[in-house]
Amino acid sequence: MGGGLMHTLAFYMLAGVTLAAATGVVFKRNLVHSAFLLSVTFLGVAGLYMTLEAQFLAAVQALVYSGAVAVLVVIGVMLTQRENMSQSNPPNAMVAAGGFAALTIVGVLVWAILATPWKTGKGAVVSVADIGRRFLTDFAPPFEAIALLLLAALIGAVVLFKGGKTQS
Amino acid sequence: MIGLSHYLLVGAALFGLGMFGLLTKRNLIAVLMSVELMLNSVNINLVAFSRYTATDAAAGQVFSLFIIAVAAAEVAIGLALAYAIYKGRGTVSVDEIDWLKW
Repeated sequence: MGGGLMHTLAFYMLAGVTLAAATGVVFKRNLVHSAFLLSVTFLGVAGLYMTLEAQFLAAVQALVYSGAVAVLVVIGVMLTQRENMSQSNPPNAMVAAGGFAALTIVGVLVWAILATPWKTGKGAVVSVADIGRRFLTDFAPPFEAIALLLLAALIGAVVLFKGGKTQS
Repeated sequence: MIGLSHYLLVGAALFGLGMFGLLTKRNLIAVLMSVELMLNSVNINLVAFSRYTATDAAAGQVFSLFIIAVAAAEVAIGLALAYAIYKGRGTVSVDEIDWLKW
């Protein structure tokens, strides 16, 4: 189980980077800054996966989230903004209520996490071969379903972008 | 010594930040970013549980991979919708997308 000073140090540094970048995503007034900080957040989470010895997941996180999703978001920002960027990400009138709701949820979660006596086992490191085998045996039906979902999302995104055929 | 609850606390903080952004952002794309933060926090929890309380360690990571795939589909559709709305209305402010309100 990981252990040692290096693991502790790595965890605190990565958790700090992740949470600081996520705070920036939420509180920055410039949408472009938020988009780039989102990429940093995803990389921080990938680092946290490394400290959990989930290397394959860390690679997938870096590729899919920090690569594809962050780039998509930046393109979305580029396509939908035209005025000045410096005030492109304002909060709405619900800051107090939203803050209260979020703090309540976090409070309940923290209380639950600290109050529960977690039974931690020996811990297991999952190999890529394990994940692949599960995908093609137990999880084959959801695996096929997710493939279909991705295809549907791809076609749907193309149709939405092009605007489809208008009936006249 | 870093244990399971440290990761769960990071996940909870990330979830709270994402939820705050989801409730308070005015720009549709910023709302989508907040949803991504929340999905990531859930993934951290799943991987941490699979690492520390392992009755079936691989399942946790497989679930995370499914969530990543669904999140990728969600962000693609969400951005396509944002662009379609922008073409029709010239805005992506969720305060002004209120056709169903009367």
